[in-house]
Amino acid sequence: MKVALMLTCINDALFPETGKAAVRLLRRLGVDVDFPTAQTCCGQPMINTGYLDEAVPAVRQWVSAFQGYDAIVVPSGSCAGSVRHQHEIVARRSGDSALEEAVRETGPHAYELTEFLVDVLGVEDVGAYFPHRVTYHPTCHSLRMLGVGDRPTRLLRAVRGIRLVELPAAEECCGFGGTFAVKNAETSVAIGFDKVRHARATGAEVLVAGDNSCLMHLGGILSRELAGMRVMHLAEVLASTEAS
Amino acid sequence: MGATFVGMPPFPKAAHAALADTQLRANLAHATRTIRDKRARVVGEVDDWEALRTKGARIKDETLAHLDDHLVRLEESLTARGAVVHWARDAVEACEIVARVARDHGVDEIVKVKSMATQEVELNEALAAQGISAWETDLAELIVQLGDDLPSHILVPAIHKNRAEIREIFRSRMGAAGRPAPDDLTDEPVELAAAARQHLREKFLRAKVAVSGANFAVAETGTLVVLESEGNGRMCLTLPEVLVSLVGIEKVVPTFEDLDVFLQLLPRSSTGERMNPYTSMWTGVTPGDGPQEVHVVLLDNGRTNVLADEVGRQALRCIRCSACLNACPVYERTGGHAYGSVYPGPIGAILTPLLKGVGHDAQVDSLPYASSLCGRCYEVCPVQIDIPSVLVHLRAKVVDAHRDGRPKGQDLAMRGAALLFGDGRRLAYAVKAGSLANRVVSVMSRRTLPGGRTAIGRIPGPGASAWTAARDLPAPPRESFRSWWTKTDGGRNEAP
Repeated sequence: MKVALMLTCINDALFPETGKAAVRLLRRLGVDVDFPTAQTCCGQPMINTGYLDEAVPAVRQWVSAFQGYDAIVVPSGSCAGSVRHQHEIVARRSGDSALEEAVRETGPHAYELTEFLVDVLGVEDVGAYFPHRVTYHPTCHSLRMLGVGDRPTRLLRAVRGIRLVELPAAEECCGFGGTFAVKNAETSVAIGFDKVRHARATGAEVLVAGDNSCLMHLGGILSRELAGMRVMHLAEVLASTEAS
Repeated sequence: MGATFVGMPPFPKAAHAALADTQLRANLAHATRTIRDKRARVVGEVDDWEALRTKGARIKDETLAHLDDHLVRLEESLTARGAVVHWARDAVEACEIVARVARDHGVDEIVKVKSMATQEVELNEALAAQGISAWETDLAELIVQLGDDLPSHILVPAIHKNRAEIREIFRSRMGAAGRPAPDDLTDEPVELAAAARQHLREKFLRAKVAVSGANFAVAETGTLVVLESEGNGRMCLTLPEVLVSLVGIEKVVPTFEDLDVFLQLLPRSSTGERMNPYTSMWTGVTPGDGPQEVHVVLLDNGRTNVLADEVGRQALRCIRCSACLNACPVYERTGGHAYGSVYPGPIGAILTPLLKGVGHDAQVDSLPYASSLCGRCYEVCPVQIDIPSVLVHLRAKVVDAHRDGRPKGQDLAMRGAALLFGDGRRLAYAVKAGSLANRVVSVMSRRTLPGGRTAIGRIPGPGASAWTAARDLPAPPRESFRSWWTKTDGGRNEAP
């Protein structure tokens, strides 16, 4: 099986540790993962702001980077969702039927990390060790766009040493929303404060999620509040071992 | 009266004021959570809820695909049963038809059943201009009308008011509109309802003309249907001699059997009840019983334009249940007024731009962006309107409508992104610049993210300040992932 890591632009530029963790985790599970360096961005920031023409080069680039892989593993529910649900819209807009065809062909090979682990590899215990009190936020696009269900929490429960505490009102949005976080910054923050309030009520040290964009927003608030709680991508928790 | 949505600022500005209103925030958080929980309970009882949603969506889609046929059939059925059918292209025509009926009967007041269509065309204001008072008889609409306020929710228009505020409105304003509230009125819901009942009863008994909308209009029988909780609607529908109903053309359903699906979907989705307390149905004129003159005004007012939009047309499935409002994280914080339109919340953020068109009003153009695209609205919608997808579709229409104009900062940023993301090498250079920025930030910044990473605190400039006003930003790392991957051959040559 030819497996590619679609890291996402934000992880590449801002959260390389998530990418390294994903590589460590996948290798530990026997997957020889590749990182096609032609990859850039899924185009979601442009698409969700209404700039479909501007998203065409990104989608084109995405296809040329990932065409031919059996599985494209994405440590982001939101970017995986964009690939599977929005690329067709952009391709149609481009008027290029070859691109449309390529997107239809390649898109379904994209798996959000937990989908790949549970559905493709068939593992729930990934051999991780993480001795911390953790609460998990199921991000909206993982939950509602992809429907990853309880895959992330099944994986987390199998981690040795972890104390997983339930997040109240977990299914509510964190308020990030891509460019919404800037275009409607105050509303975004108002929503985010409530999510942080719920997270802090759990007494967890670490707030875990499968999307670093949501975590950047929540972590930014936690940091400003000096809350004594850090955010961490799920891949980093699952990659942790006694040795690390 | 006279409060209007005209001239409201774009969403972010309106939201700014709403977010600072602590009473509003408390009222909304309490009310939306309560209705949300109730809805979840009664929806959870239905085994085949998903199948029911699919059925509702399909009936609406099939009807909309042959809307012209169903409307002609509705007109025939109504006419055969003694109703007078009018067609209104827009708000002005609709208001004029209603005003003409009122004038023909020489009345200077009418009573109203709660109706979104009449609000959409601003009927009350149009009638007032002709010296005709339109009295709202739905309890919440009465509160809004007496308070010279605007509705902020489709189903619970006074959701932004608590009972103490309502008591104050009743005490200070009821007298000027008819029977005053008792002097010793408290904020007990039972007393507030009793005061409204006394006040409204006089109006029901006096009025000769009533105006309503309709939740559904059955084409095969010519039956109009109104669902409500209070019974005040039924008073209006049965006591006056003349009844005028303003009905959006998308309200038609082909057969009586189709109602079966929607009468299950609507109450559970809206008030969180298995069945609403009052369902009124009337079919033209019944001699000797109820209104003896029945008018039905079929309203377009932009709906045929919505129908022409392949992605947007699903918004015409909407049965005005408000489940999307109660589920929305944005609505819960800002309330309905921030949307500056008769239809607030997620459905308003698509319906208003669809009905009015985008590209010529900054307020309307701001609405598709008033969402984090969390998808909860879609999840709860009883007729499966994919609101997030329609929002994104409308954002593209807004951007496209302004493509000929002078590019703004956002346009340039997106063009830059297009250039950057169209090429892996270009991105690699940009990301390298990021690690350079790290060195600068690490020296300048004294902030540290929990866990030890250097952070960026408040910084000026558009975009950056919007983010950093309340949130720190992680500084770019010393090394991007792609540099690490290249340098270490994917970690294989990494120093331990």
